[in-house]
Amino acid sequence: MGRRLAALWAVLLVGLLAPMPASAQDDGARPEGATLRIGLQQQIDSLNPFLGYSLAASDILRVIYPTLTTYSPEDFSVKPELAEGWTSSPDKLTWTFHIRPGVKWSDGQPVTAHDAAYTFNRMMTDPAASTANGNFVKNFDTVTAPDDATLVIRTKTPQATMLAIDAPIVPEHVWSKIADVANFANDQMPVVGSGPFTLTGYRAERDVTLTANPNFWRGPPKVAKLQFVQYKNSDAAVQALRKGDVDVVQKLTPAQFNALAGKADIKQVRGHGRRFFELVLNPGATNSENQPIGTGNPALKDVRVRQAIDRAIDKNVLVDRVLGGYGQAGGGYLPPIFHDFHWTPPKPRTFDPAAANRMLDEAGYARGADGIRRTPQGEPLNLKFVLHGGESYDAQVGEFVKRWLADLAINVELQPVSDNQLNDRTTAGDFDMVISGWSANPDPDYVLRLQTCGARPDPNGGGNVDSYLCDQQYDDLYHRQLAEFDPAKRVELVKQAQARFYDQATGLILFYQNSLEAYRADRFSGFTRQPKTDGVVVAQQGYWGYYGAQPTEAAMSGSSGTDYTSVALVLGGVVVFVGAAVTLVVARRRATADFRE
Amino acid sequence: MSELLATVAEPAPPSGGGRRTARYLGSKLGDGLVSLFLVAVLGFFLFRVMPGDPVRTMTRGAPVSEQQIAALRERFGLDQPVWKQFLDFLGNLLRGDLGTSYTYSRPVGELILERIGPTVLLVGTATGIAVLLGLWMGARAAWRHGGAFDKTSTSIALTLWSVPTFWLGLIVLMVFGVGVGVIPGLFPVGGISSPDLPAGLLPQILDVAHHLVLPVLTMVAVIYAEYLMVMRSSLLEEMGEDYLTTARAKGLREDLVRRRHAVPNALLPTVTLIFLRLGLVVAGAITVETVFSWPGLGLLTYEALRVPDLPLLQGIFIVLAGSVVVMNVLADVLHRVLDPRVRES
Repeated sequence: MGRRLAALWAVLLVGLLAPMPASAQDDGARPEGATLRIGLQQQIDSLNPFLGYSLAASDILRVIYPTLTTYSPEDFSVKPELAEGWTSSPDKLTWTFHIRPGVKWSDGQPVTAHDAAYTFNRMMTDPAASTANGNFVKNFDTVTAPDDATLVIRTKTPQATMLAIDAPIVPEHVWSKIADVANFANDQMPVVGSGPFTLTGYRAERDVTLTANPNFWRGPPKVAKLQFVQYKNSDAAVQALRKGDVDVVQKLTPAQFNALAGKADIKQVRGHGRRFFELVLNPGATNSENQPIGTGNPALKDVRVRQAIDRAIDKNVLVDRVLGGYGQAGGGYLPPIFHDFHWTPPKPRTFDPAAANRMLDEAGYARGADGIRRTPQGEPLNLKFVLHGGESYDAQVGEFVKRWLADLAINVELQPVSDNQLNDRTTAGDFDMVISGWSANPDPDYVLRLQTCGARPDPNGGGNVDSYLCDQQYDDLYHRQLAEFDPAKRVELVKQAQARFYDQATGLILFYQNSLEAYRADRFSGFTRQPKTDGVVVAQQGYWGYYGAQPTEAAMSGSSGTDYTSVALVLGGVVVFVGAAVTLVVARRRATADFRE
Repeated sequence: MSELLATVAEPAPPSGGGRRTARYLGSKLGDGLVSLFLVAVLGFFLFRVMPGDPVRTMTRGAPVSEQQIAALRERFGLDQPVWKQFLDFLGNLLRGDLGTSYTYSRPVGELILERIGPTVLLVGTATGIAVLLGLWMGARAAWRHGGAFDKTSTSIALTLWSVPTFWLGLIVLMVFGVGVGVIPGLFPVGGISSPDLPAGLLPQILDVAHHLVLPVLTMVAVIYAEYLMVMRSSLLEEMGEDYLTTARAKGLREDLVRRRHAVPNALLPTVTLIFLRLGLVVAGAITVETVFSWPGLGLLTYEALRVPDLPLLQGIFIVLAGSVVVMNVLADVLHRVLDPRVRES
């Protein structure tokens, strides 16, 4: 039995190891031109542009389908894309877009205003088609295409975000044949698009392959193929970059980023991120009918308590210790990546525990016999701090905040829960403090709206609530910016809204995290960052990073990171060694058996 | 003498044994079916008591309006009362329809079928190797228990068994995937095949085999200890038995005594273990699949849990629990075939 097992083991080993030389030949020769491989760590929910709303899916859909306008790589300003120009009526209710002539779908058909009209109308009439981008058409009244070059959109009320319609436009001649959008995977290759790349291969949970579109109206991209390779484990993605299996990785942790420092052939990119990390203080949650809900501590209704808490939090320490230095301390609501809209408090509430203690003393929150402060009504300041249980950032921030607030004689109980429970408790107002955070878009409307009275949950518990701020002054500023069509004036209103939000201190912006990326400089160069100086390379608002990438000589000649000859040699050696060992053991056993007999 | 024995054996008519076997099989199958039904019921309600609104969690962070959320809820039937959802679920289940995944907008059955292949390949290969390795080493260790081989093999196996799988996977990945010092990076660090598939069937099979090495290595290292220990203790129990002395007295070689007499008897408890494990291995692959980005059921489960994608979780739960039930029935039946004592009782 032992001998047979040994033989089997040897066969298995040989079987498993033998493939090396064979696959080496195929692996060594990359297809002509160069393939840019991106390590992808998020899930692609769907490649159907009406359904896919995960970040990974939208990043891929952006290079396949055209949009009316796009964001410039320099500064996020609006740039013409499929629409080369536009006009609006004096009442700002009718928008006319002039569609770029001569743009073709990848199957040769022209891209016309009818395609755009079809796309928007489908989103307005088919609930399934509004899954991913329905919010863009919510305020649309009618969308028509009087001719191939003209698209007319009438809105119900004036809206300043008409040039930020970030919804993919699909070819009517393909999609009008699809009756059930909800169950259409859009994975029949090749998928018809008109962006810089065409979708040519998709294997769920494995990879997505896109081929350069030679007829792209801006000119063909410089890389021949774009491949997104799934890694479920970020350490594996980083190792794949070091090995040369992928050319770009994103979403690195500070430790992973630091470990790549000084590595030959690898260039690190430290870009501003689009997210803000926020600590929400329950200001006395109410629903959309102004009924109080939840279990918030009444002390937090007092703006002085909220501001005092803000003064007790050292945001610079959080950036240093939690983010490893890769971020900026928080201030205004919108992250600094959006230079235009970002606002810095002129009189910031800097870290000063003594001042915070004084503020609470003066406001009448005296210490009780147990050393914990009491509200004037005698309730102790015991605060429930709800955190995402699976996020290490949350856990660290929670510990720091707990210690700092202890200095104010406020007792904090950390409650790490699942993402689901956190959402539930936020929507129910069942918290004193909770961690929140959003990815802002170049157009700030969506995140600004989160802080309006209208964002509060309805009595049934719906609503995309954030900090339960319901402030008339903030709402006025919000509505004025939405109806303001002069960009400079709108920026001013957005900044005033942020100032009001800062004063109210219902949401304390703790920090803006950097987006850490790295790429193989020996194989690619010329990645366009967005914004130009301190931006990111991948997952942009547009396709600039991938479109601008230039393969080096090494990438063009197809040399890959792995030396397959030595691999084959080493593996051959291992097989021989194992084989010899097995033979030896078997021979010895036979000898001893004979001897015993 | 032999005639006498023959007549004694005579009264048990073969048809009676057949009927008893049929009844035994029938009762086991019946038990299995009841278990499967309970699994389905449990599968439904287990995931309803989970806190959280799946639609809201799915769309968290994405700019969605209330209308969109309502439309999603309607599409997934979440606006219906729970009893209605349950009846729909049961009806669909009987038709073999496991529902539509929230995240992928595709039939759950299709998604599971897609992922079952890679998981069976990974777990099957790893279990096969672990069983062979564990049984072989366990038998050797027990035969000369207390010796150097016994001590080293047992302690190595137990050490690997107690190491966290995730950590071991990462070490394996770094050492053999990327390379450390003189060890070159020989194997891919993730995935089931190269993004640029080589042409031809054979190179494709070899490509997959190449990707299979590290995850299988990790999994074998972790699970073979169990088979080793069961085989070892089971063989140790047999070693004092009289029939081994008889066999030796017949003049059989020590090697043959072990292989022909001791090991087959010691195999009984391990067979049951192997079948029970086979039902569970799919679930046990979650960690290895996550470390090596292996597109199997484990990874699908992990993703579904994060949303949570109720129909997908339900479907996976039913498939996994169902496979445990089926393997249990198979283990019972096989045990009966292998061990006459079970037949008697």
